[in-house]
Amino acid sequence: MRFEARENIPRWLPWMAVAGAGAGTLGFAAVLIAAAGAAPLVGFKELFIGSFGSRNAITETGATATPLIFTGLAAAIAFRAKFWNIGVEGQLYAGALAVTYFGTGIIELPAYLMIPFLLIIACVAGGLTLLPMVLLRQFMRVDEVVTTLLTNFVIILLVSYLLEGPWKDPYSLGWPQAAAIIDAGLLPQLVPRSRLHLGFAIAIIAAIVIWLVHSRTIFGFSSKAVGLNQSAARHAGIPVTRTIILIGLLSGGMAGLAGATETIGLKGYLTLDLSPGFGYTGIAVAMLGNLHPIGVIFAAIFMAIIYVGADAMSRAIDVPTYLADVIVATTVLAVLVGLVLVRYRVLIRG
Amino acid sequence: MILDFLEVLVNAGFWAATIRIACPLLLATLGELICERAGVLNLGIEGIMSIGAMVGWTTVYMGADLSTGVLAAALVGASFGLLHAGFTVYLGASQHVTGIGITLFASSIGYFAFRLLLPSSTTPPKITAFQPLDIPILSDLPFLGEALFEHTAFTYLAFLAVPFVLWLMNRTPFGLAVKVAGENPMALEAQGIDVLGVRTLAVMIGSALMALGGAYLTMSAFDAFYFGMVNGRGWIAVALVIFASWRPSKALLGALLFAGLDAYQVRAQQLAGAVIPYQFFLMLPYLLSIVAMVAAAKSTQYPKALLIPFRRGERH
Repeated sequence: MRFEARENIPRWLPWMAVAGAGAGTLGFAAVLIAAAGAAPLVGFKELFIGSFGSRNAITETGATATPLIFTGLAAAIAFRAKFWNIGVEGQLYAGALAVTYFGTGIIELPAYLMIPFLLIIACVAGGLTLLPMVLLRQFMRVDEVVTTLLTNFVIILLVSYLLEGPWKDPYSLGWPQAAAIIDAGLLPQLVPRSRLHLGFAIAIIAAIVIWLVHSRTIFGFSSKAVGLNQSAARHAGIPVTRTIILIGLLSGGMAGLAGATETIGLKGYLTLDLSPGFGYTGIAVAMLGNLHPIGVIFAAIFMAIIYVGADAMSRAIDVPTYLADVIVATTVLAVLVGLVLVRYRVLIRG
Repeated sequence: MILDFLEVLVNAGFWAATIRIACPLLLATLGELICERAGVLNLGIEGIMSIGAMVGWTTVYMGADLSTGVLAAALVGASFGLLHAGFTVYLGASQHVTGIGITLFASSIGYFAFRLLLPSSTTPPKITAFQPLDIPILSDLPFLGEALFEHTAFTYLAFLAVPFVLWLMNRTPFGLAVKVAGENPMALEAQGIDVLGVRTLAVMIGSALMALGGAYLTMSAFDAFYFGMVNGRGWIAVALVIFASWRPSKALLGALLFAGLDAYQVRAQQLAGAVIPYQFFLMLPYLLSIVAMVAAAKSTQYPKALLIPFRRGERH
């Protein structure tokens, strides 16, 4: 068996690969459902009903997709430039910390100013959290994967300290949570009597804006060039360091928005379980979305279906909810195989 | 007050704790080191440790003896190593993304299997873990006896991994092949040696060591399996490999130094807990890892072929 590089890759081929990866993942999920002693088809039926079968299920899926679009964008922006930001989880909490600090009464503005202000603040906080790791990599060649990963643990401990200490809401009866966001800072609901909030629309707008930036601006072009080959990009006159710093700020900023919209849209206050690993799932979302902003929207909805549906399925037929995490992880590996098949033709004899 | 902080250092219990905390880090660091010397960054480490912890514990819980549990953990680690190598060595997929994928996959499938085997246990069940062995005569020594010679068999095994890896890397043809595979794979190919095979085997051995590091947690340090119990130790090990400049003996030093600071931090927390919140102490290992990487950055000499896939007859 050997590989032969494809001469030219049709534009549709990578999308076929991610679609195939999604299908392969569901096939693997069927095996696991069977291993748990349930019928796979019944499992998938429950999963679909749980995530799409009712008005409530659909809005829940949309609400879960919201942070995943943001974290998926955060990973996609960075990975496209081969900057491995695995610190999205920490940057998400940095955004949540920022909106909690500014949104609990220290500043009071009318809603049409308050909400944009909080979103910008969260974006800045997420970006600044990632910035030191960007600088360490560009100027001291310190691997960003490990530094961004380790920072996640530090930030979550910081959140834990603040919620148990100085920021603890005295009315929360022992449960560590921060004071509630003021009414003017809360995102309105998109559908009445549901948890689907304006953040979903903001996430989609953000994806479209990033798509335009990627495809229509010089920065979009340079960020791709930096990802393909840093030294070639430098020779071509692209300001590599400046581009990477901007990518880092943008990537961290998207992660910060995930934390912000969860805090001011979904929960209304910061808790330590704000994110059940949305930062890590964002990596799978970005891969399944083929690192394309519009692809990220669909991949995030796919992952949200899995998460919301797996909960319902677990209640109905007693398959551990960890199935959702297995599916997320399998997606990453399946897309990798798909991408290799896009770049190379496999010759069985040769 | 200051004397209290110094007194910790002359306490044999502190040194014994340092040895215990060092074991999982040491095994994981040596495992990562072998992978990276072969040119493969293995970021599956955190997940491989997690599934090693789960499989080792579960094997014993199901009735097998402790050594079978250790063996099972190593075999599962090696299989995930094979999976990693399949992606990165044979398919040439991105080592960063593959590693994160393997970590997510190994930990989630471990949790899934654990829940299937033990459906509803709120208080995690326990096993009879490795018990301390008092080494005759030596364990009667004052101070040194308690600090060094009253550990479990798994602890001694972890420290024996250092001479094993030193011997493997420096005294065997395989070790030489691993190092050349990580520095100049073309030269290895020119000798008629299968680069992909050498890299795969190295990743499998390294991953087996990582899984043992995880198993140490559930079979010697504690006696139960918890979700999220690896808690970043794998990532710390990746930082330690850089700190150790890819040398097994320096990995031992790094793991001990690190464990010593961690053991000290726990004791300092008890002394200063009222003044400084415990979260800041818990941050220290992660912050120190970053500091260690930055400190080592200037002199860092990565294996030259690290992260670069090798394809027969293809030039880079």
